Order: sequence, then C-alpha cells, then structure tokens
Amino acid sequence: MLTIPAAMVDAIVSHARADHPDEACGIIAGPAGSDTPTRVIPMTNAERSPTFYRFDSLEQLKLYRELDERDEEVVVVYHSHTATEAYPSRTDIAYAGEPQAHYVLVSTREPATHEFRSYRIVDGVVTEEDVEISRSTAS
Amino acid sequence: MSVTVSVPTILRPQTKGEKSVTATGTTLAEVITDLDAQYAGLGDRLVKEGALHRFVNIYVNDEDVRFTGGLETSLADGDQVTILPAVAGGSGVTG
Repeated sequence: MLTIPAAMVDAIVSHARADHPDEACGIIAGPAGSDTPTRVIPMTNAERSPTFYRFDSLEQLKLYRELDERDEEVVVVYHSHTATEAYPSRTDIAYAGEPQAHYVLVSTREPATHEFRSYRIVDGVVTEEDVEISRSTAS
Repeated sequence: MSVTVSVPTILRPQTKGEKSVTATGTTLAEVITDLDAQYAGLGDRLVKEGALHRFVNIYVNDEDVRFTGGLETSLADGDQVTILPAVAGGSGVTG
C-alpha cells in the first residue's frame, strides 16, 4: 500500500494537468528505507511527448547525487497517461528500474476527473496496490 | 587504469549488494568487460548487441556517455562511472 499526503497527490495531479497533453513525470523522495514519501520533485520530460517520457539524463544524475547526499531514495516514480487509463504500459514495465519504488500513474484523459493509481513493478510483474491518502499534516 | 563504478539498486544483486565497485580499462567498453568478468551477468544488463542498453544511463564524471562516444568513451585513472536506471516509459499509444 502507498500512504501519501493529500497535498502530494494534488501536486502531482497539478503537474500532470499543466503538462497535458504531454506526459508529465517526477519522483517523490523520502528517507532511505522508510517507504515514506516526503518531497515531490517534478522532473523534465526530455521527450516532451504525449506518449513517452524520459527523465532528462543530466537532471537525473544531479537528483540521484542529491538523494545520496541526503540519505534519501526514490519512494515514488510518477508519470501521467494523457489519453489512456492509469495502468502501466508495456513500455512502463520494460523500463521499471526502481524495485523499491511505488509506480504512480495519473490519467488526465478526462478533463474534470483524474485517475490516481499505484503499482509495484518488479521483474516485469505488475501488482496494483491500495492508495491511502492521508489528510493529516502530522507525520 | 582504475575507476570507481557506482551501481544502482536494481543491479546490486549482481554485485553481491555492493553499491560501489572498482574496475579497470581505458574505455567504457573495457571497464564493462572487466565488470562482467568480476560479476557474471552484469555486462548483459549494460550492453545489448554491441550498444549501450536503452534501460540504463551511464555517466563518466558529470557527462552522459551517450554524448561522449558511448562505449568508446575514454577513461582516466580515478574517473567516476555512475550507472543509473533510465527512468522512462509512457503509454506508447500513438494517434
């Protein structure tokens, strides 16, 4: 299960809406080993595409070094699908390279409503998990 | 020519859990050959059909090797090689 504060869900959905119809992408970092999302970090989609995303490679290097220095890790990898459901595509599964992460997909295909779903993707196997949105700001 | 190689989480099962390993070589291709000799199977995760695998990014110091000659990128003693998973995907649906 992914437990995530409502403000972070709002931040990800806003990012996805802002970049629509291109796919938006980013991560949520958290203390290493904690499985607790604490910092939303929007990333540049170097592909600027409605059907594909890829983190800008140098921005990613800078981010991963910063996470290392802060003893943090990638807790969530998120991206949007802008014309299809919030379910991992074959491309998503092929690339999934963070076995410890929750893979969040947001679909912005409907203008007024969004889908926000979370998955584990390990060794090519997709497992959907529950998302618990916490309203409290206390940790 | 000895370099330090930073290994991402997903490849640590190949390096017995090590986050940072050392390897030798004057080019990235030679370093990967040496890594594969030390850690069987690691080479296949980095190179496919003679080219850098699309699922990984490899950096020498602060440069993405895709922009510095790929597998032929030359290395100096003490260089820092960083391997990261390419974070990518997408619906792939066109039209």
